[in-house]
Amino acid sequence: MRSALTVILLSLFVIGFSPAKAAEDDVLTIAYNVNLPSWDPTVGTSAVNPTIQSIYKSVFDQYVDQNSDLSFKPGLLTGWGWNETRNEIWLDVREDAHWHDGSKVTPQDVVWSLERAGHPDTGNPIMFVWSKVANFKIDGNRITGEVVSFEPTLFKWMAFLTAYVLPQKYYEEVGAEGFEKAPIGSGPYMVDQFERNSFVRLKRFDDYWGEPAEFETVVFKFITDASSRVAEIESGGSDITIEIPYEEFDRLSAKEGLNGVSTPVSDIGMIFINDVGVMEDSNVRKALAHAIDKNAIVEHLLRGYGVPIDTLQAPQYEAFDSSIEVDYDPDKARELLAASGYSKDNPVRFTIQTTRGFKPKDHEMIQAVVGMWRKVGAEAEIEVYEIAKHYELRAMDTLAPAAFYNWGNAIGDPSTSTGFAMFGPSPHSTWDTDDLDAMIGPLWGEDDEEKRIEGYRAVDRYIAENAYVIPLLQYVQPIVYRDGIEVTPHVANFVLPQLVKKSN
Amino acid sequence: MAAQFLLRRLLLILPTLLGVSVIVFVLLRVVPGNPISMMIPPGATQADIDHLQQLYGFDKPIVEQYLIWFREVMQGNLGTSISLRQDVVELIVSRLPATLELAFAALIVAVIIGILLALAGAYWQGRWPETLVDGVTGLNQAIPDFLWGLIFILILGVVWPILPISGRIDPHLSVEFMSQFYLTESILAGNFELLPVLFSHMVLPAVALALPLTAVIARTLKASLRETMTQDYILLAQIKGFGTWRILLVEAMRNALIPTVALSGVQFNFLLGGTVLIEQIFSYPGIGNMAIGAVIDRDLPLIQGLIITFAIMFTMINLLVDMSYRILNPRVRDE
Repeated sequence: MRSALTVILLSLFVIGFSPAKAAEDDVLTIAYNVNLPSWDPTVGTSAVNPTIQSIYKSVFDQYVDQNSDLSFKPGLLTGWGWNETRNEIWLDVREDAHWHDGSKVTPQDVVWSLERAGHPDTGNPIMFVWSKVANFKIDGNRITGEVVSFEPTLFKWMAFLTAYVLPQKYYEEVGAEGFEKAPIGSGPYMVDQFERNSFVRLKRFDDYWGEPAEFETVVFKFITDASSRVAEIESGGSDITIEIPYEEFDRLSAKEGLNGVSTPVSDIGMIFINDVGVMEDSNVRKALAHAIDKNAIVEHLLRGYGVPIDTLQAPQYEAFDSSIEVDYDPDKARELLAASGYSKDNPVRFTIQTTRGFKPKDHEMIQAVVGMWRKVGAEAEIEVYEIAKHYELRAMDTLAPAAFYNWGNAIGDPSTSTGFAMFGPSPHSTWDTDDLDAMIGPLWGEDDEEKRIEGYRAVDRYIAENAYVIPLLQYVQPIVYRDGIEVTPHVANFVLPQLVKKSN
Repeated sequence: MAAQFLLRRLLLILPTLLGVSVIVFVLLRVVPGNPISMMIPPGATQADIDHLQQLYGFDKPIVEQYLIWFREVMQGNLGTSISLRQDVVELIVSRLPATLELAFAALIVAVIIGILLALAGAYWQGRWPETLVDGVTGLNQAIPDFLWGLIFILILGVVWPILPISGRIDPHLSVEFMSQFYLTESILAGNFELLPVLFSHMVLPAVALALPLTAVIARTLKASLRETMTQDYILLAQIKGFGTWRILLVEAMRNALIPTVALSGVQFNFLLGGTVLIEQIFSYPGIGNMAIGAVIDRDLPLIQGLIITFAIMFTMINLLVDMSYRILNPRVRDE
């Protein structure tokens, strides 16, 4: 029996049944955690999916680019700005950029991309930003546009979701469907083969305007199951993988031939508070905030892979203010609850909603939080739901009094974290009260950047003092990679093949 | 007679599919998780949300939505995927071949292993090989397909990495196929150098899918063989001096296969359902894998299209099983 098995397995070897090894010199294989649904990075739901952006950024160029620390740098635009009265913008387009078909990237491509993004029929989810500038004019390589409505974060958005430049002539020639089948961009890699839900193979674009990518071929394997990704990197089928359990990250990082790098990323875990029922009592909200030992959660549940935070700003964000702190103080929490008539014998009762498995240890984290609350006199019932239900309830403003969620913010602007999450009229906010709206409202159009950032810091302090939301932690992205390569982690949670280098 | 039977069964398929379509359509709109709420941009106003509802037709009553959808389905249009922004029919047609090839490969593996185990159990009845066969079938049945998948990944992908554990084809190969039936096309076109690559990617998911079915086939067939072996005509064959293998394979097998075919048909439906998880674990680009993504994204047109596709496959398999049963069983055929 054993010899028969050996014969079969040897035969498999002989006829070529050996797995494709990733570690070829000029090929980089990445076991990626999501599928790529669409090749148009400017429309549809996939365009606002942060996890897909690494692939888009490999093939397409953005108007403005970002360094791995979130700071901004030229993309297809070499310069940008407002005029003095801020009723006009100017954009300088790079002269040395080419599309993957060899044609030149022109200012007309940039204008077409901006106009298309701002048109309501295109289906760009960020249209509300792009439609704020119109009537573009081209003079040489300079574009000017009239400001319809002042948007202080416009240029930051040019490095964010849907801010990609597409080739007008090619797109109009092949149409939307043709573009899906054979997309071209001006980024460091060209699409070579795309097997939907399986892999995409990219080839280095030799006419790329920036630093040439080190690997000639890059393969993104779409492996949505975390345990399969672990197996991929362990078997040598891939060179890099991401989004794996922290336990596996520790184990693989210690393994010979593999390395690990972890970095805090622009994604935070938080508990939304809804202004309903017991949450209208400020003592209850503040008590809940003081009762949570975030350090213990990070240390014991996440094995240290997380950064406790007290506002919706992560330390890398512009409006981060380290002086805003919400102490872990269970005695104070008990006092606050007692002031409202609650105790361990007569606990305040409410529901908290959470996903299970959508983010690392999400359900376990909430179980730990509920345990901490129980010790001070708060009894929360956990309701597990799917992320789709969370979106629906949030859009209808019918979330439970407390709901766990994660909030990404790759450009690190306070408007795209505190602003959208806490401003009442935003479809993504849960806490809707006039006091807060009166503070955030004027900041949307504030043209003095310093004042705007300071304004958001004040808002964050006010939110923390009143416990309108309970920020928990900043997530850490675990990346495992094989010997022989160097990976540069990106705070925006990207894994960019153009940033992966060969090492000896 | 056979034509009448076929016609009657085909006519029965229509109300079945209609029922499935109504249930699925209504259920998807009743369960929480509205696709529109997943698309709302940060700065959206209520008017923007209403516009999205209108754009995707979710502003209309469910009955009206169903009638519009049904009218389109009758014209061969299953709509456009919300998340993938492509025609649902095209998407399914492009991915179904991968699932069908995987499922049929699993079926072939299950039938071969199942029959061999049953024959071994029946031949060595009452001796240690039968105990071994019972043990193997018990193990195959006790462990679900997805767990077999994970075990294979661990053993043959990680500990002893001799087989690929993801995808349908090596991503480093540049191959142009005319159809999505990669394996079938390669065999028919005589493109034999690709076969090892295609087989190597298929073997683990196919065997993982097949093992629980092997147990069903082995147990049912072995029991049938044992029962058949007590029949008078088998006794006559033994008296005539025929060998045990010949009696098992030639005399007993045909009658013993009848209940196995019926049960295997039903089990094949479960096997098809199993592709959803197995394709996910092995990153195999079939419709099962696509179904998971569609559910997560609440892509209603795609989910509806996929469920209708699965329903058509299930009803067609049941029809084929019934036809095979009639062919194998003269008593049913002559009724």
